[in-house]
Amino acid sequence: MLVSLNWLQDYIDVSKYTPEELAEIITKTGIEVESVEPVAEEVQGVVVGYVEECEQHPNADKLSLCQVNVGEESLQIVCGAPNIAKGQKVPVAVPGAVLPGNFKIKKTKLRGEVSNGMICSLQELGVDEKDVPKEYADGIFVFPDDVEVGAEATALLNLDDKIIELGLTPNRSDALSMAGVAYEVAAAIDGEYTLAEENVEPSNEKAEDKVTVKVEDPAANPYYGAFVIQDIEVGPSPLWLRNRLTAAGIRPINNVVDITNYVLLEYGQPLHAFDYDRFGSNEIVTRRAKDGETIQTLDDQERTLTSDHLVITNGTEAHAIAGVMGGATSEVQDDTKTIILEAAYFNPAVVRQSSKDHGLRSESSTRFEKGVDPNRVERAGKRACELLQKYANGTVLAGVVSFDQLDRSEKKVAIHTSIINDRLGTEITNEEIADILRRLQFDYKQNGEEFIVSAPTRRQDIERFEDMLEEVARIYGYDNLPFTLPGGESQAGGLSLDQQLKRRMKAYFEGAGLDEAITYSLTKKDWATMLVSPEVEREAVAPVGLAMPMSEDYSHLRQSLLPEMLQSLSYNIARKQQNLAYYEVGTVFVSEEEEVTKQPSEMLRASGALTGTWVTHPWQQEKKDIDFFVVKGIVEGLSEQLNIPFTYEKTKVSSMHPGRTALVKAGGKDIGFIGQIHPKLQKEMDLKETYVFDLNVEELLKLYDKEEAFRKIPRYPSVSRDIALVVDESVAAGDIAATISEAGAPLVKEVQVFDLYQGEHLEEGKKSLAFNLLYLDPERTLKDQEVEEAHEAILTAVKEKHQAELRG
Amino acid sequence: MKERLEQLKQEALQKVDQATEVQSLKDVRVEYLGKKGPITEVLRGMGKLSKEERPVIGQLANEVREQIADAIESKQTKMEEEALEKQLEEESVDVTLPGRPVQVGGPHLLTSIVEEIEDLFIGMGFEIKEGPEVETDYYNFEALNLPKGHPARDMQDSFYITEELLLRTHTSPVQARTMGHKNGKEPVKMICPGKVYRRDTDDATHSHQFTQIEGLLVDKHVRMSDLKGVLNAFAKQMFGEDRDIRLRPSFFPFTEPSVEMDISCKVCGGKGCSVCKGTGWIEILGAGMVHPNVLEMAGYDPEEYSGFAFGMGPERIAMLKYGVDDIRHFYTNDIRFLKQYHKA
Repeated sequence: MLVSLNWLQDYIDVSKYTPEELAEIITKTGIEVESVEPVAEEVQGVVVGYVEECEQHPNADKLSLCQVNVGEESLQIVCGAPNIAKGQKVPVAVPGAVLPGNFKIKKTKLRGEVSNGMICSLQELGVDEKDVPKEYADGIFVFPDDVEVGAEATALLNLDDKIIELGLTPNRSDALSMAGVAYEVAAAIDGEYTLAEENVEPSNEKAEDKVTVKVEDPAANPYYGAFVIQDIEVGPSPLWLRNRLTAAGIRPINNVVDITNYVLLEYGQPLHAFDYDRFGSNEIVTRRAKDGETIQTLDDQERTLTSDHLVITNGTEAHAIAGVMGGATSEVQDDTKTIILEAAYFNPAVVRQSSKDHGLRSESSTRFEKGVDPNRVERAGKRACELLQKYANGTVLAGVVSFDQLDRSEKKVAIHTSIINDRLGTEITNEEIADILRRLQFDYKQNGEEFIVSAPTRRQDIERFEDMLEEVARIYGYDNLPFTLPGGESQAGGLSLDQQLKRRMKAYFEGAGLDEAITYSLTKKDWATMLVSPEVEREAVAPVGLAMPMSEDYSHLRQSLLPEMLQSLSYNIARKQQNLAYYEVGTVFVSEEEEVTKQPSEMLRASGALTGTWVTHPWQQEKKDIDFFVVKGIVEGLSEQLNIPFTYEKTKVSSMHPGRTALVKAGGKDIGFIGQIHPKLQKEMDLKETYVFDLNVEELLKLYDKEEAFRKIPRYPSVSRDIALVVDESVAAGDIAATISEAGAPLVKEVQVFDLYQGEHLEEGKKSLAFNLLYLDPERTLKDQEVEEAHEAILTAVKEKHQAELRG
Repeated sequence: MKERLEQLKQEALQKVDQATEVQSLKDVRVEYLGKKGPITEVLRGMGKLSKEERPVIGQLANEVREQIADAIESKQTKMEEEALEKQLEEESVDVTLPGRPVQVGGPHLLTSIVEEIEDLFIGMGFEIKEGPEVETDYYNFEALNLPKGHPARDMQDSFYITEELLLRTHTSPVQARTMGHKNGKEPVKMICPGKVYRRDTDDATHSHQFTQIEGLLVDKHVRMSDLKGVLNAFAKQMFGEDRDIRLRPSFFPFTEPSVEMDISCKVCGGKGCSVCKGTGWIEILGAGMVHPNVLEMAGYDPEEYSGFAFGMGPERIAMLKYGVDDIRHFYTNDIRFLKQYHKA
């Protein structure tokens, strides 16, 4: 809502505040002021001039040579506007004047002729292009004849006005009118305002002799009032009225339309004028539209209606979509003589539906949608009649033809001083509450500390105690509330164990050298099901998609964090950042249904993607690129950190490198995978060799033993032995290690691979693996003999199971 | 005999002094202090001395012995130290050469902000609660006093999956769920951080996915002044002791009264500048007293229980605190952006 301060000043005296001070007060008491802007940049030295002579410039086809009387003198001015003519009153910037952009006007010569100033267009005076009336869009502005020659043009054009823009929340539709704003400002500054009575002098003829009104759906249209005004002279509105519309962001059209718009702004009540002679009958019938019924609206669009929409008809044809837009047929035109003026109350939900279905959001529909003040509907009609009488020479017929089932009652809300203080933490007195109600102009009955408040109908948002609590609090001032801290039982607060563990996991990844990324949950359909961990894929039926996505890029919920993370790598690589190591802990969405009907499972995953160089230390000739074992090392580190043993098995996952992918298991369950992404995918996404991991966080949280018992630190020395074994290339080191552990139990505590060799001195197809074994008995010192026996048993076992030979 | 000892001493000390390597010191030791050395010889000849002379010479011989031994010892220590010093000198490195880099990762700026806020409220006795990102229409809207057809649903255009399921538009449903578990009896004191989604086209100030942290306190006799006190404590800890807060009226369907909280502008100290658009204040969060309908739907008697709630956007806070100029930075994961804030 744009509020002209010059206009507001007509209703309530705000002159003792600067616009900024007033904005601050309004913001603090109720409605956020989003901006305070002047109508135009500062303009100096522009006056009304009378064009006494206007001739063709002797040396230029498109210029005119004018003699302009600016009050005390007559000036010769060269003008280039096509619409300049003798006898006009125009804005003249005289020498010494300053126009927006600090443009100084000087005496000059144009094509050999002296020009003592400039005749201005509205744009040149700083008026926004969109606010300039059509007829002056391409030329100079022309004043009405009644302005005084030599007068200050800035005041006449309202260029000295300031506009306050209110950011209205949905509950404060009462401030969608100047009257509403005036009531609000009166409460805020403790000033005085009431909406003035309308003053119409009707003729002897009666409106009811001209039209009838019938309402078929009272729930959708509880009040319909029709006024009839005859002998209208359609023409431009007075300048002040045009200025006010412009200030509010509405372009002036003609007096009839301007007046309905003016009253809309003043009262917050939308009105509509039909051309009586083009209406096609003298009966007004409002009803639900028939399915498939059409109407040509004012914007020259043909619109198809349904029974969701309410229409105003002449008994047969629709002439308006109620509350949204009028029809073209009965539009007020220059030759219009008689009008039917509609002042109605339309059901907010019905108007909202129509405006939504037709994509028509207008000044009118926004007000109906929020619910207009039932006590102002008819008054607004009268106000328009008053103005039409004055400014369009209209004759107002007596009375209003109406259908009326409108509820105009005021809601009663009880408030108690002590409850208010209990809720606010204040010590407000009964007197202070009474004073606040007076400022708000809310009627009430007081009985001790109880107030029965009648909420005026302009404040449709006030329904119950809490609404009044807010009224009292805001006028009392939030600044005046004390600072207290909550009482009640004290609670320790804190992170749950899972939350702590999650933080610890993140700290681990960061300590391991990974940067945290945060990616989007929505992704493209193909990516939603890409790089999904096998155990997740087994549960997921179809990816969960949005009913109405905004774009294909964000249409489905991810089943893996990896595709969007790879996208982040790609984004960085395109910006010459080659070495990247990301992790993210986030949710994936898995539905077991083909057609989603219930909430999908949300699974927390910890995933990572790494590419480029891991460590580089050039002057010591050290360089390590990221490979499978860098990523595996990170995952193993996590396993150690959480003290949850992981095992790894070669596996295949689509879009992953078939030879470099492993399933990760813990507690007997699949918990994720690690590996290199498929070179084809790398290429598609403009990536280099890239490795990923993806783990099920919830499963890890389950397996994590939060209160692990103390394990004794061994007091006896361990014995270390190495063995080198020659096996077939295809035998997995992990399998041999498992056999060693099993055969060496319980003495063998650790088995570590320390060498892998293939090549010279070994048979084709064979490899040598060297293990370091750690023997330990926590209760005593081991004897050589015992170690020797265990070692022999291990050698026998690996020979049996893996055909492993001791390397000679 | 006395003279003889004195002379031996002089000789030995001179040799020690002149020694340049450890071996010569060893030689001196063998020559003078060995079993066949001259001092031992002197001691052996003591039998010839008188009873009175014997202890005097014996003592003297021992003193000479000790002095020579000490001299050898200290000379040897000195030589070893010199040798070590020389060796260390040779081992010296160019300390200006770069060290072997350690891979250091760090948290995302949003995580830092969220955890900072979490810790702040934990300190005031709040718990952290989480909830699903795909919500039912009931918990996302209806339980929060936003029935179907409510005009305020326009304010948060949503990503629907079905008519009844959508990506949550705020983390408030977590509050509704948490309250629902209390059977209308126990107090609630929680904050809920998380991802939320709205149908916005991504640009410098809008993101279809963003983060929210909401807080809720429900108990008997919760006052609006408590909300003001808690928010003030939060603002001072988060933004600095010198910052003031103000509340001004606003509207949210789930609170009544509703307010927005501003903090005084850091740049101009409240005088008004371009950062605060001349107002001296910067909007930080929305808050209010829990709407009685919300309490009722969660099973609380609004006559007996009251509460406050607040909600804020970590992206906005990060943007204000660190001057980040485009919300998309939080989601493109540009490594140069992320690394900047590892210290945050």
